[in-house]
Amino acid sequence: MIVIYLLMPIAVLMAAGFIVAFVRSVKGGQYDDLESPPLKMLLPDEPVSRAGERDKK
Amino acid sequence: MNTAAKMERFSYDDDIVKKFTIATVFWGFVSMLVGLVIASQLANWRLNFGLPWLTFGRLRPLHTNAAIFAFAGNAIFAGAYYSTQRLLKTRMYSDVLSRAHFWGWQLIIVLAAITLPLGITVSKEYAELEFPIAQLITVVWVIFAVNFFGTLLRRREKHIYVAIWFYIATIVTVAVLHIVNTLNVPVTFWKSYPIFSGLQDAMVQWWYGHNAVAFFLTTPFLGLMYYFLPKAAERPVYSYKLSIVHFWALIFIYIWAGPHHLLNTSVPNWAQTLGMIFSIMLLAPSWGGMINGLLTLRGAWDRVRVDPILKFFVAGVTFYGMSTFEGPLLSIKSVNALAHYTDWIIAHVHSGTLGWNGFITFGMIYWMVPRLWKTKLHSVKLATAHFWLGLFGMLVYITSMWAAGITQGLMWRAIDSSGRLVYPDFIETVQRIVPLYYVRAVGGAMYLAGVVLMIYNLWVTIASAPADQSEDVFEAPALNAVNAPSAAAQAPHRVLEGMPMLFTALSLIAILVGTLIELVPTFLSTEYVSLNPPAADGTRMIYPYTPLELAGRDIYVREGCYLCHSQQIRTLKEEYLRYGEPSRVEESMYDHPFQWGSKRIGPDLARVGGKYPDLWHLRHLNNARDVVAESIMPRYEWLLTDKTDFDILPRKLAVMRRIGVPYTDADIVGAVDAARAQAVKIASGLSEQGGGKDLSDKEVVALIAYLQRLGVDLKKFEAKQASAEPLSAQGLALSGVAR
Repeated sequence: MIVIYLLMPIAVLMAAGFIVAFVRSVKGGQYDDLESPPLKMLLPDEPVSRAGERDKK
Repeated sequence: MNTAAKMERFSYDDDIVKKFTIATVFWGFVSMLVGLVIASQLANWRLNFGLPWLTFGRLRPLHTNAAIFAFAGNAIFAGAYYSTQRLLKTRMYSDVLSRAHFWGWQLIIVLAAITLPLGITVSKEYAELEFPIAQLITVVWVIFAVNFFGTLLRRREKHIYVAIWFYIATIVTVAVLHIVNTLNVPVTFWKSYPIFSGLQDAMVQWWYGHNAVAFFLTTPFLGLMYYFLPKAAERPVYSYKLSIVHFWALIFIYIWAGPHHLLNTSVPNWAQTLGMIFSIMLLAPSWGGMINGLLTLRGAWDRVRVDPILKFFVAGVTFYGMSTFEGPLLSIKSVNALAHYTDWIIAHVHSGTLGWNGFITFGMIYWMVPRLWKTKLHSVKLATAHFWLGLFGMLVYITSMWAAGITQGLMWRAIDSSGRLVYPDFIETVQRIVPLYYVRAVGGAMYLAGVVLMIYNLWVTIASAPADQSEDVFEAPALNAVNAPSAAAQAPHRVLEGMPMLFTALSLIAILVGTLIELVPTFLSTEYVSLNPPAADGTRMIYPYTPLELAGRDIYVREGCYLCHSQQIRTLKEEYLRYGEPSRVEESMYDHPFQWGSKRIGPDLARVGGKYPDLWHLRHLNNARDVVAESIMPRYEWLLTDKTDFDILPRKLAVMRRIGVPYTDADIVGAVDAARAQAVKIASGLSEQGGGKDLSDKEVVALIAYLQRLGVDLKKFEAKQASAEPLSAQGLALSGVAR
């Protein structure tokens, strides 16, 4: 079971990395607005020029 | 459009999504076809055709690897490349890296499809691919990571939508898991040994194995669900907050659940309990995802009736809920005692892969393909037929395997009032479930037939697409000066920009791997000594394998014997009655890799040494029906004609010594002679018993030598102890541990 001394630190390091990512994203304002993102992703992307229309421009 | 100064124009790389989509469909068909073949082989052993590269033991890893890494893998990449670009309002970081990722991944799959049937395998489940391919996986994965994080830096959308978080967790965690579980030392180009052994190797393997399920088959697919399900339903996700909460909960808990694959084994009890507790906790975040997915369809259920895409998503998410309920259930020690090694586990994993991964993938493909190729789906009716075929096929598959698993599990543990096994012959328990293997094959065939319908449907759809497939141009404001690429950055030298990052990451990994390979065996070896201390007379409990046994062991690994035979007697009464005392940690301490197995299609082999004469093994390997009338084991005739590679043995022993097995210089120098001498002894014994001509240089003799060694050291040790202090209370107490 000595291998646990390898696996534990790796798992803890990964978890620590995720905690850092979490704290940073909270502080960076990622989660300030939780209302609009799920709606915004539904909006269709409207191209400014469609492939077929390019010659006209 | 010149008025909006900060607006930037860009287009999405849909060509790469198309490539990954086609690869998904192609490899999906291949993996399921191989699955159908091996399912049929279990129903009827003759379908192994007596050909080495078509036997169950070599094809099962091909099936699992193809289903996970080729089918699900390409699906993840297709969906992630499609959604990431759109969610971040930017093109992928580098077209070159995208293509390197695509072709690199396909090369890995092709190499796997060649090497696995040839028996080139490390034998650690879902990490079977040998040394050079494992390194290639690392490189390609790092290419993907650089490309992905580069895209993230260049995004034009401040908020990182929850799907992206799921992709990030996938990329980071899979990289770490893969690197640690493939710390192997090569003997030749195509043969390597893991630096871990026995219990250590088992812990690392299932730490990896379970998290492969978590971070390759769960998190990325949740990401896909959070993008494609709302898109297809045209409804926002039910609770965005819940999606974020269950994401963080999921990734923190998943990493500790691995030991639930090793319940009731020689793994220390506290580690088993830890794995069990975390596995049960996983129910909450898993169901958070399922509920969120299903409730996204609130108010859209009428559309589920007519839209096959939503049907696939609803059923897929439901199967996710089912298998994440079943998982914690199976992780309870007492439930696991019944289910482990049986087909119940096979039912469980297929409700995950076919139900969750498969159906999410099909829904995604039916939604994406018409949009990618700027056309309409050829036939909604065919897609609906695909759904029903797949669903019923799966129900047939899963219920038959539940029935098989529980039946066999109950038969293994049946003990009569006199305290003896009701079914002492293992083969009886196999015969009882063979009819269910036929049923399962039918279920699998139905599921595959659905996929064939999809292939035809997509083929016609794509063939009728408009000829002009050039990219649309989009416009969005830049996020800020730092992230936004200037017009100059779009120039050709952008191609090279990812390279410094790529090479930094790769060299860091190379240094890390090199260090671990150097260090780990050293600190593991102290455990070997403490586990196996010499007695007063200098003897030990467990000795390393002889060179011939090691050669035989590599044949055992090559043929995939571990896929049907475990080498781990659990701490259960019925196992004691059937196989003997529970396996001890010491017994597998020199096993690089460990061979504990995860499935018993045949009986456990941990103590098979000395149980049968050599001639029995010879006849059994040649044709198992000669000694066990109803056996479903394939024939291994080639072992009687193929020659053992003796000359490689000194190198194998040298590598084994480097990773901690105490071979002496004399052992290594004399390896070939020792092996030949042992082989001649076994072969002459076989000839005397009527085994035919001299087989001393044939592989079968090496394999018999290995099989006859299994469990022998411990028996000798205990016999010696018993004779030393025959009736002392201490001796009874020691040997009574198991009872």
